[in-house]
Amino acid sequence: MKKARKITAMLLALAMMTGVMATVSGCQSGTAASTAAPAESQAAPSSEAPAAEGKTLNIWCWNDEFQSRFNDYYPEVKEVAKDKSTTTLNDGTVVKWTINPNDNNNYQNKLDQALLSQESAAADDKIDIFLVEADYALKYVDSEYTLDVKKDIGLEDSDLSNQYQYTQDIVTDKNGALKGTTWQATPGLFAYRRSIAKAVLGTDDPTKVQEALSDWDKFNSVAAQASTKGYKMLSGYDDSYRTFSNNVSAPWVTDTTATVDPNLMNWVKQTKEYTDKGYNNKTSLWDDKWQADQGPSGKVFGFFYSTWGINFTLLGNSLKTPVAEGGKEEVGNGVYGDYAVCQGPQSYYWGGTWICGAKGSDNLGTIKNVMKSLTSDSTIMKKITTDTQDYTNNKAAMEEIANSDFKSAFLGGQNHIKLFAEVAPKIDMSNAGPYDQGMNESLQKSFKDYFNGSVDLEKAKANFEKTVKEKYPEITEIKWPS
Amino acid sequence: MTKHAKSGKGKLVTARAVSYFVLAILCFLCLFFFYMLLINSSRNNFQIQQGFSFLPGKSFAVNFNNMLKDANLPVVSGIRNSFIVSALSAILATYFSAMTAYGIFAYNFKFKRAAFIIILLIMTMPTQVSAVGFVNQMQAMGLRNSLIPLFLPTISSPVVFFFMKQYLDSNMPMEIVEAARIDGSSELHTFNFIVLPIMKPAIAVQAIFTFVTAWNNFFIPALLLDKADKKTLPILIAQLRSADFLKFDMGQVYMLITIAIIPIIIVYLILSKYIVRGVALGGVKG
Amino acid sequence: MNAENSPKRRKNISYAKWGYLFIAPFFISFIIFSLFPLLSTIYYSFFKYYRQGLKIIGPTFIGFENFSNLFRTDLLNYLGNTLIMWIIGFIPQITVALLLAAWFTNQRLHLRGQGFFKTVIYMPNLIMASAFAMLFFALFSDNGPVNGSLQALGILSQPFRFLASVTGTRGLICFMNFLMWFGNTTILLMAAIMGVDPGLYEAAEIDGATSNQMFWRITIPLIRPIMAYVLITSLIGGLQMFDVPQILTNGAGNPDRSATTMIMYLNNHMYSKNYGMAGAVSTVLFLICAILCFLVYFIMSGSNDSVKKERKGGVHK
Repeated sequence: MKKARKITAMLLALAMMTGVMATVSGCQSGTAASTAAPAESQAAPSSEAPAAEGKTLNIWCWNDEFQSRFNDYYPEVKEVAKDKSTTTLNDGTVVKWTINPNDNNNYQNKLDQALLSQESAAADDKIDIFLVEADYALKYVDSEYTLDVKKDIGLEDSDLSNQYQYTQDIVTDKNGALKGTTWQATPGLFAYRRSIAKAVLGTDDPTKVQEALSDWDKFNSVAAQASTKGYKMLSGYDDSYRTFSNNVSAPWVTDTTATVDPNLMNWVKQTKEYTDKGYNNKTSLWDDKWQADQGPSGKVFGFFYSTWGINFTLLGNSLKTPVAEGGKEEVGNGVYGDYAVCQGPQSYYWGGTWICGAKGSDNLGTIKNVMKSLTSDSTIMKKITTDTQDYTNNKAAMEEIANSDFKSAFLGGQNHIKLFAEVAPKIDMSNAGPYDQGMNESLQKSFKDYFNGSVDLEKAKANFEKTVKEKYPEITEIKWPS
Repeated sequence: MTKHAKSGKGKLVTARAVSYFVLAILCFLCLFFFYMLLINSSRNNFQIQQGFSFLPGKSFAVNFNNMLKDANLPVVSGIRNSFIVSALSAILATYFSAMTAYGIFAYNFKFKRAAFIIILLIMTMPTQVSAVGFVNQMQAMGLRNSLIPLFLPTISSPVVFFFMKQYLDSNMPMEIVEAARIDGSSELHTFNFIVLPIMKPAIAVQAIFTFVTAWNNFFIPALLLDKADKKTLPILIAQLRSADFLKFDMGQVYMLITIAIIPIIIVYLILSKYIVRGVALGGVKG
Repeated sequence: MNAENSPKRRKNISYAKWGYLFIAPFFISFIIFSLFPLLSTIYYSFFKYYRQGLKIIGPTFIGFENFSNLFRTDLLNYLGNTLIMWIIGFIPQITVALLLAAWFTNQRLHLRGQGFFKTVIYMPNLIMASAFAMLFFALFSDNGPVNGSLQALGILSQPFRFLASVTGTRGLICFMNFLMWFGNTTILLMAAIMGVDPGLYEAAEIDGATSNQMFWRITIPLIRPIMAYVLITSLIGGLQMFDVPQILTNGAGNPDRSATTMIMYLNNHMYSKNYGMAGAVSTVLFLICAILCFLVYFIMSGSNDSVKKERKGGVHK
């Protein structure tokens, strides 16, 4: 027994010593790494030193949209694995794709976990690039886990000059540092049914319709006219939400106080009025009835939709016989050709994905190259637009298409790219904040009850305050506009 | 409901008619959702979004091919992973729960009561909240992207244990065990070859339940698995549902849900035969 | 050491050893995979500990502050919602399950196609809850087939907006829970009834007992342990109700938070990784669950006399 005790004591001592040594060496390597990192980040932009680059580029995303853009348009791609789990680049770097679905906040949960343990992860397991959506971009942008696109990664102002300002505002942190960049721009327009516009306003000409809808007062009076003719102005409660929430006067939260912007209460007022007077069809975004309202059976004047929504979602919903059933995308099939677009009362955007570099990455040169090729190279971006109809984040390339004789048969021969190119520079997202997603969702959900008539205004406000305090423990006060 | 059965036969006929009627309604309700799944998996995205129809569409083959063509969607390995996890969960959960239940049922020991109460307490703990701690611990143990943490913990399934214990309470005569002991059977042998066969109906029932739960589990696997070749079917379905606007296709989602349901129906049919036959097994005893 | 000399005591000790051995795997696996996460949950309920964006706030010890905060919120409402939705779903579930189990095991009734019926009633449980909720959503939407048929039949002039009404939303959730679980309960009860010694029924039949009498006086008392199991597991499942209301109400638990269950409330706190509040919610939930379950368990397995009397009363009604 005595012997055993001795041995245990010795083992313990040994374990402690190795433990201490491990921490000491850990500290040393830690400091070494942290001193090395800035040196590397300074070196990376000036010289493309391949020796400093890691062999693995880890990219995190929630679907394969960026993966296919990368594989199709990044010039350095050498070969894509059969199961698409990796992409090999010309210099031998292997891109590893980690795709986690978005359901129930799953993507963000896992990304947070990985970023928080980024420091202790092995070099080849560290995240190099991750993607974020506009709704929650600032959560990552305002953190120290995201690289500065200019200072750390080394993109020049001249590389970024062709991008739309709002796409940079969204991913600019409190100190003015740009933390991400995107290949798409997603300005929104108001897509209306030509036939209904003719019946209500006596014209379907986009310029004249725009005149009739250029501010909210005019918009509301058109809604009243449409109603007398048996049409609904909008389909659902949230259709116009983005046009209001993109035009607020201050970010949602300062310190620990959340302030509900007066413009959002305008949305509440307008939507309640529309609901009570029957100007809308009481639907919600993406539900069956909302989609059906866009088709041949719909009696809705128009929809707020951005770039991708018009060419894909709205077009698909407008057909009577879908393409897969042998239907053609042509006039005569459903309401194809009966839509047109105008700017609507206020400018806004909807959607978009941003590329961020992760702190701790050992592939800064590659990240720079990826960002440069996919988000600032006019030739590549123009090609993306012509191949996929994705509206890309490049003023020069988009102007070129806007000024061409491009025509959309779906929109009755209108050149909608021209309109997009006109509104995109007007979008002002300088008041975006890290709380946008959570706050906007809570507001929409809490007030849906009010629109439905199941609670009164005060109760809806109270319910909103409850959900906000559950989501954000740091928020202590919620101010309503008087 | 009177005790005086005037015309026993007439009553029986009415009772039978009522039973068949109720059963027919219930079966319709149960099967209707499978019909809906099949219909929707044969329709394309826009048709599905335009509302439900009782007639099938023509896109079954298209949806199926789209799903197979998607390299990011390893359906075959997904089925394999789901199957491994579910089968092992079912086996481990039923075997060890039966063992634990028998341990508490048949033996007297100091902490017997305490052990039973502890297990009951465990049973009442919601899984959702300890999930984060669980995931961190699995990461520390190097078991991320491994299927092991998805089936090994089922060794302690309090709900299965509780069922086994209740089943033993109402169906297990200790005389059989005593008799085996006199015959010189070791305790483990008695458990494996005498007690387990008696518990067969209970095991079959719980094996189905555990299998189905594991098969449809999204929450924990989604937190643990990132690698494409380790993903289980519910993760793949969630992945399809969060596809980007260019590829978002409810037809494909429904197709994958339908595909995911076929193996489990097969397993269920195999095990359910056993349940139906179990009537005879119960009769032999006594 | 001395015990080995006495044959009687040796026997006891060796059997007790088997008891420990048999329950060992369960507890080892439990300690590794559940106990540590569970303890950390309770531990953090006494801390201020959450994420603000990616910034970790805390952990700072704050005693019972999370708990006192919790009881100032609508916690009791959410508990009420959960219990109401559980009970409304459970009553038809246990009634139908008992009825079906009784029919299936009734030799005189001798239903044909039993294998088919038994197989089919469990099948809704095979569908993932999320997929099931998707299907329900489509069926009961404003322009869905249910509203369509009701309007075509002239029962409704306007579509009934199920998910905009408290009764409609709760009703759908209860209906879904019923459909998903009544087959499961039937199978459990059948397994229990199958285990009853058929000799008892034969003897009763000779004594001239009716099917009704046999059911209430033989079957029910003998399957009581399984009934307790069904009640307790269903109660636990009910208190942990999450995916069905979550997906059906799009995560909001509306209208007016009347479909917000305890776990949905817990999930709201997980949004900001608020381990403190989430820990407090789950500790409270855990205590409520434990108390209710022990109550049920001891009532069901409590003194036989009182239960028998109650039952007799029930038959005479």
